[in-house]
Amino acid sequence: MSSKQRIEVRVNGTRYVREVEARLTLADFLRHELSLGGTHVGCEHGICGACTVLINDQSARSCLTLAVQADDCDITTVENLRNPETGALHPIQQSFVDAHGLQCGFCTPGFMMTTLELLRENPDPSDEQIKEALGGNLCRCTGYQSIMDSVRLAAQRMKSSTLG
Amino acid sequence: MKPAPFDYHAPATLDEAVALLTRLEDEGCDMKIIAGGQSLMPMLALRVARPEALVDLRRLDTLNYIRDDAGTLAIGAMTSKQAAADSALVKRAQPLFHAATELVGHRQIRNRGSVGGSFAHADPASEYPAVALVLDTEFEAVGPDGARTIPADEFFVTYMTTSLETTEVLTAVRFAPFAPQRRWAIQEFARRNGDLALAGVALTLNVDGGLCRDVRIAAFGVEATAVRLTAAEQLLEGQPAQAAQFEQAGKAGAAQLDDPMSCIHASSAYRRHLIGVLTTRALGEAAARTH
Ligand SMILES: Cc1cc2nc3c(=O)[nH]c(=O)nc-3n(C[C@H](O)[C@H](O)[C@H](O)COP(=O)(O)OP(=O)(O)OC[C@H]3O[C@@H](n4cnc5c(N)ncnc54)[C@H](O)[C@@H]3O)c2cc1C
Ligand code: FES
Ligand code: FES
Repeated sequence: MSSKQRIEVRVNGTRYVREVEARLTLADFLRHELSLGGTHVGCEHGICGACTVLINDQSARSCLTLAVQADDCDITTVENLRNPETGALHPIQQSFVDAHGLQCGFCTPGFMMTTLELLRENPDPSDEQIKEALGGNLCRCTGYQSIMDSVRLAAQRMKSSTLG
Repeated sequence: MKPAPFDYHAPATLDEAVALLTRLEDEGCDMKIIAGGQSLMPMLALRVARPEALVDLRRLDTLNYIRDDAGTLAIGAMTSKQAAADSALVKRAQPLFHAATELVGHRQIRNRGSVGGSFAHADPASEYPAVALVLDTEFEAVGPDGARTIPADEFFVTYMTTSLETTEVLTAVRFAPFAPQRRWAIQEFARRNGDLALAGVALTLNVDGGLCRDVRIAAFGVEATAVRLTAAEQLLEGQPAQAAQFEQAGKAGAAQLDDPMSCIHASSAYRRHLIGVLTTRALGEAAARTH
């Protein structure tokens, strides 16, 4: 039988129907089929978290998910953070900028998508809870302290704004 | 770092899945079940595994549940580990299994990884097999010859190998009621939070009138499967639940290990040392636990 599979996914609210090879990862599908390059691919075997996206609002490593397994799912990627009307950065993005939460930026999309899930569920996380949540994401250059600062700042800003 | 090509099937029902596995087996196809993919996908990416076909269980919603079955906790194989971690029922009914679940990987891994997948994968460093050995755990599987129940001590065979047939689907795990007075603890050492442990210990015991009874201790991360530390268990039976006895039990447990695994992260001797320390610590933690 053919290994091509027909899938229907909603990515950042847009519906896509595509024929994909069964072995294609969701990360490669997003990057190469949909040209959504914001989702980064570091290790391609589940260690670094750079490829984190939300699948049905739950954080997941898109390199450890086949595109076919995302059939009929809602995918949210880092491209969806920015306000589509005003173009303004999401408070999480702005906080990473302001608190120096990134240097080369390679790991940043993964950290931000992980932060999005955390702050949706827990708008006022303790330092311990932030560390626990970010434990699956690696950064090789910024240093985790300023990433912690960025998440704390994002939490403050999201609480005090109605934007969220 | 890309998986080699394979055929892909996503059967809609358990019957279809078993029929498909049976047909593929008859055709001599090297097939693999995929659940959450959190262990299998890295193996495919690294090409440590190169199956000709994958049978995906993602459409089997009937295997996604957490239920109280007359006191027994039943968890469908396709239930995510995060769902188990978030379940008040799991936390109340099986506190040790719940604590172990929170130690598995990171949130992203628990969101996708299934409860059944961790047992079926039988990674020697996983918390789950050790927990199964110190609780009264049974596994339910369905294959071409129908359903069967497998007790935990017959389920784990060796390194990443269970007694499941290749045509069988693990459908559920069942934990017999955990007596409220029973003590428990799980302790592990990992290089980073969320990593697979270098070594760990899960245990349960009763403390009656200050004496240890019915002690069950299992070590993980050290041998080809999780192992019961029978020497430590026997040493403690009927003995005072005190630090000195826990220290001795740790030594006995460590000494009992055959030949702990060795890798660049931890030598065999270091893993043996860890088991001694973690056993003593876990016993202390369990004894001090108030209900
Ligand atoms: C970064 C990282 C950290 C991790 N840390 C830990 C950890 O600390 N502790 C830990 O225990 N695990 C850890 N894991 C592994 C993770 O918990 C996996 O989710 C789990 O081992 C497998 O579950 P799965 O549903 O993803 O199974 P899959 O990866 O889909 O399958 C694993 C194996 O089980 C078989 N299988 C799966 N379901 C069934 C079924 N219903 N019937 C028959 N066979 C089946 C498959 O054929 C395959 O051989 C980690 C993984 C990663 C990537
Ligand atoms: S690229 Fe997916 S975890 Fe590293
Ligand atoms: S900013 Fe460079 S890896 Fe994190």
